[in-house]
Formats: sequence, C-alpha cells, structure tokens
Amino acid sequence: MIQARSLSDLRGALRSMGAEANKGYAFVERGWYFTKRYWAWEVVWLIYNVVNALAVTFISTAFQGTIHLTQEQLNHIILYLAIGTAIWSYVSVVFDGVTETVTIERWEGTIEYTFMAPVSRLVHMLGICVFSLLHGFVLTALQLIVLGMFFHIDLSGADWSAAIVILAIGSVSLIGLGIVSAILPMLFTERGAQMAYIIRAVLLLVSGVYYPISVLPGWMQQISKVSPATYLLDGLRGSIQNGKGLASLWSDIWPLLICGAISVPLGLFIFNRAERYAKRTGKLKRNG
Amino acid sequence: MLKEDLQPSLEQEAQEPLRQRSSLLTEAELADLDTYDALVIEHASKRFLKSGGRKWFRRSSEKQRKQRVVRAVDDVSLTIHRREILGVLGSNGSGKSTLIRLISTLLLPDVGSVKVFGHDVVREERMVQRLINRVSVEAAFFRKLSPMENLLYSARLYGISGAEAREQIRAILMRLGIKEDRIGQPLENMSRGMQQKVAIARAFLTAPILLLLDEPTTGLDPRSKQDVQVFVRQLRDTHDATILLTTHDMDEAEALCDRIAIIDGGRIVAQGTADALKCQVAEKLELDRTATLTEVFMAYTGRDWEAEEAEDSDEEDEE
Ligand SMILES: Nc1ncnc2c1ncn2[C@@H]1O[C@H](COP(=O)(O)OP(=O)(O)O)[C@@H](O)[C@H]1O
Ligand SMILES: [Mg+2]
Repeated sequence: MIQARSLSDLRGALRSMGAEANKGYAFVERGWYFTKRYWAWEVVWLIYNVVNALAVTFISTAFQGTIHLTQEQLNHIILYLAIGTAIWSYVSVVFDGVTETVTIERWEGTIEYTFMAPVSRLVHMLGICVFSLLHGFVLTALQLIVLGMFFHIDLSGADWSAAIVILAIGSVSLIGLGIVSAILPMLFTERGAQMAYIIRAVLLLVSGVYYPISVLPGWMQQISKVSPATYLLDGLRGSIQNGKGLASLWSDIWPLLICGAISVPLGLFIFNRAERYAKRTGKLKRNG
Repeated sequence: MLKEDLQPSLEQEAQEPLRQRSSLLTEAELADLDTYDALVIEHASKRFLKSGGRKWFRRSSEKQRKQRVVRAVDDVSLTIHRREILGVLGSNGSGKSTLIRLISTLLLPDVGSVKVFGHDVVREERMVQRLINRVSVEAAFFRKLSPMENLLYSARLYGISGAEAREQIRAILMRLGIKEDRIGQPLENMSRGMQQKVAIARAFLTAPILLLLDEPTTGLDPRSKQDVQVFVRQLRDTHDATILLTTHDMDEAEALCDRIAIIDGGRIVAQGTADALKCQVAEKLELDRTATLTEVFMAYTGRDWEAEEAEDSDEEDEE
C-alpha cells in the first residue's frame, strides 16, 4: 500500500518534471524557429565574425616582416588571437541570445503572453540559456573551422578535458550575466537594449580578448577582474594553447565558480523583482 | 455558410478541450472549481503615473501633479458566475484592458482583491495562470514565425506536449477558417482578421476555464467580426467556458453576453442583464418604449459618443 503510494508519488513527480522540461523546451524550439526564419541574419553574423577573426589574425602576420618573428612565435600569436576571437563570438552569442529574446518579446508585444503563462522564471531562463549555449557553440565551431582554412592552427597540445570544464563553468557565469542584462530591455524597451550593447562593448575592452589584460591601464584592469569573460579566456587559452590541466588553472576556476554561483541566483532574484516592479507600474504593456 | 462548415466539425471538437483540460488540471482541482464563482473582484483599484517626459522647467503645480495620476481602474467589484458571459462595455481609455490585465496577472492591484475560482491572482499566480487565457485587441505574435510555430510555443508553455499540440492547433485553426497552407506561413503576411483568429486559437488551445476577451472584434472587417462572434457563441453553447468580454460595440454586447457591466473612468457605473438595464433607463428617461443599449450606455456614461471618441484620440496623442 505504502509502496504503491510512493510509486504513484514518484510517477507524479516525474510527470511534473517532464511537464517543466516541456515548458523549457518551448524556448529552445522557439529559438530554433527564429534561427530558421532569420537564417540570412545567421549567415551575416557568421560572416561578420569570421571576417573579424580573419582581420585581427592577419595583423599578426603583418608583423612578421617588420619584427622578424620566428614561425613558432607567429603560430603562437595566431592561436592566441584565434582563441580570443572564437571565445568572444561565443560570449557575444550567449549574452545576446539571452537579452535579445527579451528585446524581441518587447518589440512584438508577446512578453505579456509569456509572462501570463504558468512558467517559472527559472524554467524560462534555463530554456533560453540552453538554446543560446547551443547556438553559440555551433556558430563558434563553424568560425574556427573557417579560420583553420586560412591559418595554421595547431591544437595538438591542448588539454581538452580541462577546456571543456572551463567552458562549462564559464558558461554558467555568462548565463548569469545574460539574465541580469535581460532585465534592462524588460523594463525599458529601447533604452534597455542600448544599455545591453554598452555592457557587451565594455566586456570586449576589458576581458583580454585580443591582448593580455596586463597592457590595460590600472583602472581598467580592476574592471576586468569582475568580468567572467576574463577568466574564461585565460582558462581556455591555458588549456588549449598551453596544455594546462585543471590543477594549474585553479586561479581561473574559482572566480568562475564564484561568479556563476552568485550571478545566476542573483540574476533570477533581480529579474523577479524587476518583473514585479513592471507589473506594479504597468511597464510590460506596449499598447492595447 | 460558415456556420454550416463549422457545425459538423464542432460536434467532434466538443469533447477535445475537456480532455485537454483534464491534462492541465488534476481531478481534485477540477472538482474544486464547482465550489467557487469563476471570478470575484472586490474593490480593486489600479492607478498609473503618467510620465510626460521629464521637463527642464518643471512648474509642477498641485493641479498638474494630480493630472499625472491616472485612475485606470477605480474601486471595481464584479462577480462572474461559472459558465456565464459577462460583457464589459466602455469607451476607449475607460479601463477595460487594465481590468483584464489585473485578472491575467500582468498587473498587480494597488488595493482590493481579484480571485479566479477562489485563487488570488497575487498570492496564487501560477494556479490562476493555469486557469485563464486572454485575447487582446493587438494580436501579439512573433510575426516572422508561422501560426503553427507561434501556437506550438504557447501550447508548450502550458504543458501540452508537442504531438498533442500540433494536432489540436491544426484542428482549431481550420475550424476558425484558416486554410491549411497558411498554417505554416509567416504570420506577418496575414490580414488583421486572420491574425485575430490565430490569437483566439492561441487562447482556446490551452482550454482556459476563464477566457478573457479584450475587444476581440475591434478593428475587424464585418466578415471577420462575425466569424469571431460565431465562435464565441459556440464556445458558450458547447463548452464549459466562462467568458469576460470587453467591447465598445453595443450590438456585440447584446448578442453575446448574459450580463453587461458598464465601465466609465475606471468605475463600474451599472451592471445587469441587457433587458434590465434597458428597462431602468427607459424608466429614468420616461420613455414609452424600452431603451436601446446605446441609450443605456449614454445615460450611464453621461457623455456624447462622438465627443468621447475625439477626446480619446487626443489622449493617445499625448502618450
Ligand atoms: N501601462 C500603463 N501605463 C500608464 N498608463 C496606462 C497603462 N495602461 C493603461 N493606462 C491608462 O489607463 C487608462 C485606461 O486604459 P485602458 O485600461 O487601456 O482602457 P481601455 O482598454 O478601456 O481603452 C488610460 O488613460 C490609459 O492611458
Ligand atoms: Mg483596451
């Protein structure tokens, strides 16, 4: 009897977990539909990122003539920039993916329908993030493949397992950051989207995408310390380029762990507060 | 013609939402519904602060500051019984949409309470959300996506599986007169009327036990208007739905609603059956015939219809 009870409880719990997964999947599927309908933008975005990566990497070959780099030094710089540009694409796609879904919903006015549905903000954000991570991963992989056709990129010394761990931990922080910045377009349709762009631009400047952060003025280095992208880039360069294992990457891992552990719950908390504020003051409405 | 088209399929469809509803609600929850009225609003108010853009020289006299507060919903009390259609009649800016947003958990009431089948919209938000759905004047969709893609997204949010949703979406859309080949085309290419039908399908898909229709026929051509009205009437006749419908169309209110509430400046100024309201007004105006609903509306809102419209458009320009 008791067993039957707990069995049906278990079945009930599994069913409701399945239902929540289905709700989260709504956002993944919607993202995929967007990608299909706006495929031309996907192509533009990919071309832009590839061209940017190529352009930046060509700078390194330009120096070969003037400062006589050895082939090995040149390859090092090329790889340094290739990883930097690739990770930056990944960061951008994930960060934009999370904020843009909210921006699009504001423009279309669907946000009221999404917020009216019986879905927790956790499931909502998880769904959006899963899609953004997949999206970012695929685009970045494509970009690296194209780059590999133009430059000699030697990845034989990489510690891939360490790289995957760093990428996974770092992605959690990116999600947290994305959630926090998604609050802006929720509260202020246009101004919010603009602010989210500025945040991303600052991240590009301070996180050491194209250069080590040591070249930055001191006050900028302070900002780079709170950017999770800094540790993500450093950790991935360490593991992919220098073959470092997890043990020697601890100085990148712990800030990412802390950042992820703080930014995701904090992001959700602020998002919920902002949602209540919007519902109190009538900020969700566009018209009608 | 349309009616005949709809009739046979309607018979089969009649069971569908019930089946679907039980997948959204447990049996205990379903049984529980009978003990409550569908909607009970008690002394609910909602005010907005109008932000007129910050000015450099702000001469904010006491009067001006008062004007910036809009009482969109002002001490409203309403009850809708189960399986009833209540029409809320009001001109533009009278607070109809705000009232609907308060019920649909999109706005929090400043004071007062709103309960859907006994569940408080603020404290039991998720539960209320499972019971309701809403159609607004503006059919808000992802315009680049197709009706199927849009509705699949909505259905999943309410916990309906993909396979079940696909089947139902097709059935509901076809029943509303949307051609099969349009179901996969981007919504932006569709007429307003068709988009509004898709919006109604979106709400109907989740089998809400309380359906909120915010001016569902405003701005539609007569043909689409009639289609939508036919559908609402069918809902009332064949489904276990309670409906709150807002409109400023007197004929529509009279044709569809069991009871009518007139809202003006955020306040409910009269409510009752259309006949009762007409008798009251006929008596008041000392007519020797029954009053028309338009006369009822004028009597309670105390303003001229034409002037009303002009005033509203001014207001919108300000925003
Ligand atoms: N989100 C909002 N922010 C500020 N003012 C609002 C908001 N929603 C409605 N209002 C104002 O409240 C009043 C009632 O609006 P509404 O409920 O949309 O009326 P209706 O739907 O009857 O046309 C109007 O004066 C409108 O400008
Ligand atoms: Mg309205």
